[in-house]
Amino acid sequence: MPADPTPSPRRPSLAVWKFASCDGCQLSLLDCEDEFLAVAGALDIAYFAEASSTLRPGPYDLSLVEGSITTAHDAERILAVRAASRYLVTIGACATAGGIQALRNFADVNDYIAAVYATPAYISTLATSTPIAAHVKVDFALHGCPINKAQLLALISALLAGRKPDMPNESVCVACKRRGTPCVMVAHGTPCLGPVTAAGCGAICPAYGRGCYGCYGPAETANTASLAAAWTTLGADRRTLHRAFRSFNAAAEPFRKESDAHGDQNPSG
Amino acid sequence: MSPTARPGPDAAPSPVLLDRDGLSALLDALHARGFDVIGPTMRDGAIVYDRIADIAALPAGWTDRQEPGRYRLERRPDVALFGYAVGPHSWKRFLHPPEETLWRARRAADGFTIIGEAPPPKPFAFLGVRACELHAIAIQDRVFLGGAHQDAGYAARRQGAFLVALACGTAAGTCFCASMGTGPRPENGFDLVLTELIDAARHEFLAVAGSDAGAAVLATLPTRPAGPQAIGAADAVLARTEASMGRHLDTHGLKERLQANPDHPHWDEVTSRCLACTNCTLVCPTCFCTSVSDHTTLAGDEAARVKRWDSCFIADFSFIHGGSVRSSGKSRYRQWLTHKLAHWIDQFGTSGCVGCGRCIAWCPVGIDITAEAAAIGAVAKEDRRGNA
Repeated sequence: MPADPTPSPRRPSLAVWKFASCDGCQLSLLDCEDEFLAVAGALDIAYFAEASSTLRPGPYDLSLVEGSITTAHDAERILAVRAASRYLVTIGACATAGGIQALRNFADVNDYIAAVYATPAYISTLATSTPIAAHVKVDFALHGCPINKAQLLALISALLAGRKPDMPNESVCVACKRRGTPCVMVAHGTPCLGPVTAAGCGAICPAYGRGCYGCYGPAETANTASLAAAWTTLGADRRTLHRAFRSFNAAAEPFRKESDAHGDQNPSG
Repeated sequence: MSPTARPGPDAAPSPVLLDRDGLSALLDALHARGFDVIGPTMRDGAIVYDRIADIAALPAGWTDRQEPGRYRLERRPDVALFGYAVGPHSWKRFLHPPEETLWRARRAADGFTIIGEAPPPKPFAFLGVRACELHAIAIQDRVFLGGAHQDAGYAARRQGAFLVALACGTAAGTCFCASMGTGPRPENGFDLVLTELIDAARHEFLAVAGSDAGAAVLATLPTRPAGPQAIGAADAVLARTEASMGRHLDTHGLKERLQANPDHPHWDEVTSRCLACTNCTLVCPTCFCTSVSDHTTLAGDEAARVKRWDSCFIADFSFIHGGSVRSSGKSRYRQWLTHKLAHWIDQFGTSGCVGCGRCIAWCPVGIDITAEAAAIGAVAKEDRRGNA
């Protein structure tokens, strides 16, 4: 419960920022639908370009930051966001780990530019995609591709109440067990990244009979080598393992190391 | 039955036989008496415990094949209704649920008011409680009800529960209740016990009451007296199950052997395989740890305190000022295994392991508690003679 029994007359201000990303995590906020009015009631939405053309200057009490840093311009811009924010919370795999675009970190970005753009000369970009925490201090990180709106609401509620958010970095297995889903690896030999992946999604994929694909990134003390050995027993080859660990959270250290252990230097493969 | 109730010495209930229709009548009787009937049923490639309306929900003709890290359903050559061992769920899911709201409160003009809880749900009736599971329930009874501070929620769910036990007709490759002295014969702590008798000539259930409540239900069912032949056949089922345990654990001096080896090199070997994913603890029918967290609405007008299953494999579980007490995977695995098999005896008077084998089958990398305990607690032959 809030420490102060009388609600503050001034609502804390919220800003939502986009860096290199697909906008899906920002949409999770808009997707709150039933709860969105409560969010708007509890927070003064000062800067949210995806939702409103009214953009007010800072400072802001809470900044939600989506996306990774891929340009020199964004590397400057995040410093300004940090300076204007009391709390800075990163949302999603791009902001927390560099996102799928961090595949460039394993290759020569100029090869990608040449392959993708008709006029490569127009492109000005960095050689790497890096998470926000590589540039500024981050107060809290919400994982996922995309984030889970229930976690987002729980985080905002905790901040408003002055409470520590209740989000241990435990494995997806914990969520499977709580909801009663039989382990897909054990019960039908389906390779699953759940044992090394952070919970937060509610263990959706195993509930539909498929393996977790790691979109929340590494859980604490992720023993990826042991899980990879179990995948091999289930018939996964090196290429499968390489690709499994090299997706949305490819640049998160435990996943980067494990994909390297099974891969050549071919970034796409 | 209540956790402490035991059938009186004069009860000496006589065994009777129920056919499939009789079993069906048992389920109907339990529903009619207002129980929430939970039993084995197939879902997502496994036999789980869930609400069952009638015997059609039971996994007729199915069995399970279990090894470390592997569980598969297979067809049986017959139509046995209980022809399998334990699956990924245990009764703890119902008596000690994964998530429980302890209380809720609403902000008032001068402080807050507690929001009244919903009326208590229907009492549970569990169908097919194995001997190892009866022991697991007895262990959780000691944990939640045995001390100075009782868990009111557990007590409410437990005291109204009606337990239909099952004498196991099948042992899995991961079973070792015979080693732990917890099975396969259900000895007490149930209201009724069934043994499934199935062969080319018959398909019926030997039933014995274990409590007054069980006897009262049994008296309403279509039964016939069981003769010595049926009683002998039920004994033979248990003997066959006991002889087919897939695993064994030498418990002689195990507590001392484990407690004497906190730095055994095998802890590192296990840790190289352990995912610290929590699967072993959450499928374990005796692991009881929880954490409590507070939740508030966005408007700050309501709060709830929620208890959830937790695990000693999670870093936050041992987080105190300054960090996690058990920061390494090794310290967490050692905590789990030594608590389960050794310190539990100091704490509660029995082992925390009932030999159900769930932690072996449901470990994604197949870590085998019987093999790890044997390796860590291994004592050279001459040492053991010396200690004897």
